[in-house]
Amino acid sequence: MLQDKIQEAFNEPGCAVNQAKSEKERKKGCTKALKPGAAAGGCAYDGAMIALQPIADVAHLVHGPIACLGNSWDNRGCRSSGPQLYRTGFTTDLSELDVIHGGEKKLFKAIKEIVQQYDPPAVFVYQTCVPAMIGDDLEAVCKHASARFGKPVIPVMAPGFAGSKNLGNKLAGNTLLEHVIGTVEPERTTPTDVCIVGEYNLAGEMWQVTPLLDEIGIRILSSISGDGRYRDVAAAHRARVTMVVCSQALVNIGRTLEERWGIPYFEGSFYGVTDTSDTLRTMARMLVARGAPADIIDRAESVIAREEARVRRRLEVYVPRFRGKRVLLFTGGVKSWSMVTALEEAGLTIIGTSTKKSTKEDKDRIRKMKGAEFHTWDDLKPREMYRMLRDSEADIMLSGGRSQFIALKAKVPWLDVNQERHHPFAGYDGIVNLCEEIDKTLSNPMWRQVRQPAPWE
Amino acid sequence: MTHVHRFPTSAKAAATNPLKMSQPLGAALAFLGMDRCLPVFHGSQGCTAFGLVLLVRHFREAIPLQTTAMDQVSTILGGYENLEAAIRNIHERMAPDLIGICTTGVTETKGEDLAGHYATFRQRNPALDGLGLVFVNTPDFAGGFEDGFAAAVTGIVERFARPAGTTVKGQVNVLAGSHLSPGDVEELRDVMEQFGLKPIILPDLGLSLCGRQPSDFTPYSLGGTTLDQVRLMGTSEATLVIGEHMRVAAAALELKTDVRSVFFDRLTGLEPCDRFIRTLAEISGRPVPARLRRQRESLVDAMLDGHFFFSRKRIAVALEPDLLYAVSSFLADLGATVTAAVSPTQAAVLDKVRATTVMVGDHSDLEAVAREADLIVSNAHGRMGAERLATPLHRMGLPVFDRLGAGLKVGVGYRGTRDLLFEIGNLFLAREMEHGHGGPHGDGGHHGAHHCGGGSCGCSAG
Repeated sequence: MLQDKIQEAFNEPGCAVNQAKSEKERKKGCTKALKPGAAAGGCAYDGAMIALQPIADVAHLVHGPIACLGNSWDNRGCRSSGPQLYRTGFTTDLSELDVIHGGEKKLFKAIKEIVQQYDPPAVFVYQTCVPAMIGDDLEAVCKHASARFGKPVIPVMAPGFAGSKNLGNKLAGNTLLEHVIGTVEPERTTPTDVCIVGEYNLAGEMWQVTPLLDEIGIRILSSISGDGRYRDVAAAHRARVTMVVCSQALVNIGRTLEERWGIPYFEGSFYGVTDTSDTLRTMARMLVARGAPADIIDRAESVIAREEARVRRRLEVYVPRFRGKRVLLFTGGVKSWSMVTALEEAGLTIIGTSTKKSTKEDKDRIRKMKGAEFHTWDDLKPREMYRMLRDSEADIMLSGGRSQFIALKAKVPWLDVNQERHHPFAGYDGIVNLCEEIDKTLSNPMWRQVRQPAPWE
Repeated sequence: MTHVHRFPTSAKAAATNPLKMSQPLGAALAFLGMDRCLPVFHGSQGCTAFGLVLLVRHFREAIPLQTTAMDQVSTILGGYENLEAAIRNIHERMAPDLIGICTTGVTETKGEDLAGHYATFRQRNPALDGLGLVFVNTPDFAGGFEDGFAAAVTGIVERFARPAGTTVKGQVNVLAGSHLSPGDVEELRDVMEQFGLKPIILPDLGLSLCGRQPSDFTPYSLGGTTLDQVRLMGTSEATLVIGEHMRVAAAALELKTDVRSVFFDRLTGLEPCDRFIRTLAEISGRPVPARLRRQRESLVDAMLDGHFFFSRKRIAVALEPDLLYAVSSFLADLGATVTAAVSPTQAAVLDKVRATTVMVGDHSDLEAVAREADLIVSNAHGRMGAERLATPLHRMGLPVFDRLGAGLKVGVGYRGTRDLLFEIGNLFLAREMEHGHGGPHGDGGHHGAHHCGGGSCGCSAG
């Protein structure tokens, strides 16, 4: 039952927030009741799509009316180095008649067409609200289609009204654990195989880090899901170590890999110099603890030393230019604290950050780093954000697309650091890219002009 | 033109790379053309999030759009409470003049009684009598973007327009279809004002989505048709109806107000523009201003200069029905062959489309029928197929998220038609310059007159 799955997703021992709750609170789950007329954000289906769509060689089929895919496809920048099938939008586009008669037959036919025309290694079928309401048995159709066509047809049971985007992430993780991971044995394994979870290769930023891993001698056996391949995801259970990137969303995968297959996991980040170095170190150390050759630690250290020195040199240029510049950082979760360090390394002053999606641990870390007077907001209202920017309490805002126009209409520089961004910010080079982008926008002579009133006013 | 295929029904079960967008999204756009308005999707919060992102990417503007945030329980038990809570919350926090409620697949599958909800809400909330409310049925599983837009405009007319005993000289209503961009709407206003006319445009995207710079934070639309203007539509001399999908709203307006309507199926192309301008001259009783006469000459000149590049060009077009009709007719008028016209939904206007094949389909259908085409015209989603076919793409419609100023493009009136002609003509011209002039004349596939349009590019090939 969907309800059981949601409960299961909420009861996440690997999640720090969940751990801090009482038994009763835990039952209620982690989504606050949404306030009608004052809610923002995506639904569970959206979250499931975000987590799984980067698996590049798979056909992603949305079972629902046109809104679910027609309004949303082709809007994310996760990149693939090979297959492009993930960019094709498939939907059953349910009509009124389908709603009356049920959409199961149409769904089966759609799967058949996709298998015949594209022959993907697997088809992911996404449940949405309407077919969930009319009682389409999506799991049965997928099971039947799997048997019939001899390839995995995976039901992703995260209809929008089940909850938030974050819940959808978790349900997607559980889908992989239930149907995918452990079903394929890799052709070969090495003692330095890792599984990276929660990195979506936005703007191709994973490729800023992979050359370093290659150099150290670490192999990404499985990426969930940026630039991912179905067979690699299915073979994730043979990794030696798991790295979980976006701390809350997919931590269930890391924990379950540990429980079922004894693979230790850690939470890491590729944002910022210090975090990238820590991540590489931890990864090497944990691999060695599991029997990888000890010299990868030395190699990791020499890569870290070289890259850190190189980046420090490249960042020096910005330090005098950024002196006294204040940043309002508005992004969630792990990115908050890792970016705070990153930006301060470049000489910027962070006046505050959002902690809406951060865990208690994230928040503690920020408080320890910054002291109590540092602003943190769980929920900064758009109107208040606009006021702060208009009153020049910050020189630039870094956030996601949702608040882009709050900054721009207040005539304050803004930079996208969320999922629609165009520039890779991960790894050592990423932080230089980030500084370059900040510098470009801060120093643009346009700002002075647009802030002037018309001469007759 | 050879055999004309009409409406082959796609036998596919899976729509692939959809061209269609949902009804509530179209309705939201119409509501965004109302002043101080906040559209709300009565559905799951994801319905709103997707629509919001799409409109933000296209217009590059803050888009006010809210949700009744239905979850599993409220969906099954009925959404009235969420609906009421949403309206009350929005009223308290933002105080817009108008809230436009659009249903979605979730609430329509449940079969919510919208008219009943409206009556109940009014009865239970007498303190909110001053708040404008329009409820429209826009199920995701029927119709599409254009239908939703039409439903919202009809809903606004039915709620607020009223009969009047008097007529205001020079005041003219315009029912502006979803195929008109904010830039198009602005152009129409400009043209009408040159005749001394005072237009009431419904919806007026030209005022709300043209890059406004608010002096304070605005959680609802800034600019657009005011409710008072809609109430005064009954005092106008005439209603100009632009686009086939505005006919229902036009009928509703005429029924309520007795103001006569004049219908225009398109405003792109010389002849339809002539008819529009003549109508304005008649209503205003003024001669056509010199500036518009010059603009007409300029369009005629552009047609003379540009026709070389359009003749017998094979063009595949995939757009919302009324825009599809306007653009394919314009191209056919310039001697191009519209080999395929793909519409996301069924619509009456498709009967009039001049194309070798007219079909209801998606971007994968477009890709299949555009194999031999010299040009593809579609929204930005067409870029992947166009790349695979190595065919140039001219972006029109919505969404266009990979070009600046998509919302302000003008493709109506003499000026707009001329600029559209130049833009598309330049794509052909650029291609010919690239391919035709690679080597000496007569070499490398350069076939003289055929390739560079009879010497019009300035070379001596003709």
